[in-house]
Amino acid sequence: MTVSIGLLFPDLLGTYGDSGNAAILAARLRWRGIDSEVLTVRSGDPVPVGCQIYVVGGGEDLPQSQAARQLGAGRDGGPLRQAVDAGAVVLAVCAGQQILGLTFTGPDGRPAPGVGLLDCTTVPGAGARMVGEVVVEPDDDLGLPVLTGYENHAGVTRLGPGARPVGRVRAGSGNGGGSGVDGVRVGKVFGTYLHGPVLARNPALADLLLSWAVGALDPLDDRESEDLRAERLRAVAPARRRRRSGVRWRSGVRWRSGVRWQ
Amino acid sequence: MIGGRAILAVDPHALQRLASGRTIALVSGTNGKTTTTSLLAAALGGPGAIVTNLLGANLPPGLAAALAAGSPEQPAALEVDEAWLAQVVAATRPKTVALLNLSRDQLDRNNEVRTLAALWRRTFESHPEVTVVANADDPLVAWGASRAGVVCWVGAGQPWMDDAGGCPSCGGRIDFADVAGAGWTCHDCELRRPDLDVWLDGSTVVWRDGTSVAPDLQLPGRANRANAAMALATAGVLGTDRVLAGRSLGSLTEVAGRYAVVETGGCRARLLLAKNPAGWLEVFDFLRPPPLPVVVAINARIADGRDPSWLWDVPFERLRGRLVVATGERSRDLAVRLHYAEVEHAHEPDLARAVAAARSTDVDVVANYTSFQQLRVRLS
Repeated sequence: MTVSIGLLFPDLLGTYGDSGNAAILAARLRWRGIDSEVLTVRSGDPVPVGCQIYVVGGGEDLPQSQAARQLGAGRDGGPLRQAVDAGAVVLAVCAGQQILGLTFTGPDGRPAPGVGLLDCTTVPGAGARMVGEVVVEPDDDLGLPVLTGYENHAGVTRLGPGARPVGRVRAGSGNGGGSGVDGVRVGKVFGTYLHGPVLARNPALADLLLSWAVGALDPLDDRESEDLRAERLRAVAPARRRRRSGVRWRSGVRWRSGVRWQ
Repeated sequence: MIGGRAILAVDPHALQRLASGRTIALVSGTNGKTTTTSLLAAALGGPGAIVTNLLGANLPPGLAAALAAGSPEQPAALEVDEAWLAQVVAATRPKTVALLNLSRDQLDRNNEVRTLAALWRRTFESHPEVTVVANADDPLVAWGASRAGVVCWVGAGQPWMDDAGGCPSCGGRIDFADVAGAGWTCHDCELRRPDLDVWLDGSTVVWRDGTSVAPDLQLPGRANRANAAMALATAGVLGTDRVLAGRSLGSLTEVAGRYAVVETGGCRARLLLAKNPAGWLEVFDFLRPPPLPVVVAINARIADGRDPSWLWDVPFERLRGRLVVATGERSRDLAVRLHYAEVEHAHEPDLARAVAAARSTDVDVVANYTSFQQLRVRLS
């Protein structure tokens, strides 16, 4: 079987290198001998409903609302809803996460209907734009090591009762608004504010999403990604590292429980 | 720069005062500002005849310092940071402004190229006396320039299209012609590539009135042919003889160290600058062929943009078949990118040792903004 990865609207929502997430997923399947293809869906193209995995990235306000409309925002039974109902995995980053929610902020500054796959709403943040390195301690059920990424957004995302966050924010803002968490999860739809792209810095997350689509996977040699992770985590926590020399910042090593930033 | 800051601290209107009475040409855009300004300066008679900010100091302090250093009657060719263009146009009242291109750069700061295009549009709407020389092949530039009083539309090309996929006017889809430079139209509104006043036929610059000039250009690549066309079109607006201007471009063999070849430890290293995906597309055009190794230096300081995610928008797969040495302060981000691109690579964060790690008598070195400055110091 060939695993199809739908890269949604890189021409609208591709400002922050997020199309790399699709390339990374495809490579990690290919390196394990699993056939894969990336279907690039550009603005105006019909959205295929038969992919196993969809990836949507971050971008600017006007293109964001264009992408939302083409994914079926504000109406029932859009293409992405059909795919998710059939079991597809979705990775949605930043503006992509916002438009998959119930409402997001439209280009006119007013609430606009989202695609409705994630139980969350996004409103304009009260403070400065949230820009910089982010570290997230994932919720236990994900079984992931600490996540590292870079965020750049003004919107604040609030979760509804039907969604879970990805994890607690240890540096940066994540969903913002004092929530202390990043991301929105409903079933196999996974939203986050982390760019980087997020899967380049977090190969374990790439494999988790892949495992939702194809089942258990053999490990790969991720030494270069682990070196990058260690460097990025050091860059956000120099003071803390000195105080807590026992903490290792490597992929595959879980965040020590009870450790806090302050 | 400190001189410029001091001038502005003493007199906040110094830029206005220093610009008053001069003929001024500004050059702005994401890529090619420094090179185009250098070409324009050469076309206008060289640094002796005109005032220019050749070191890339393109914010108001740098502009004030450049103008203060020249004599008051000399014309000026100045590069201006694209986000500061509105203020600088208002202060200096230029005769003409060349707009090269707009694309993603410094992801953490200029987060919306569309916002910049809108700012340009308002600026030229309120300054109808300015003649704008605009790259018609870039939809963001075309939209930003289209309310100007007079526009000279240049077909300067823009191989990078991924920031203009959504129409700057309506958000709809821009359809680009299959042949490069053959135009574009918005699928959903009236916006389209304007009719050209100046274009390139190979490396020859052609004006709508039938004149053509084959500039004596020493700088490599498509991007520099486009920069030369923009410079000659701008010089033409200022009344310069086109043929003489074309000849004078040959005096440039490097621009602030770019395209220079430096000898280091038995290796001839050609220094190239690429600071974003659009710039990289142009560099691929004139990299020497494999197996010649390439050293790529990446930093993510404030001037580079703190977020190097753009590395994933560069088709590094094109470097397969040769050794690439990843260097610079963010070389680990690059190494991961090259790993997924399945490009043979080595990792050496130190810039000078990275050139040695290429183990070759000749190498092309491609660096982004601050790593380029560091390389010039380390390798000179």
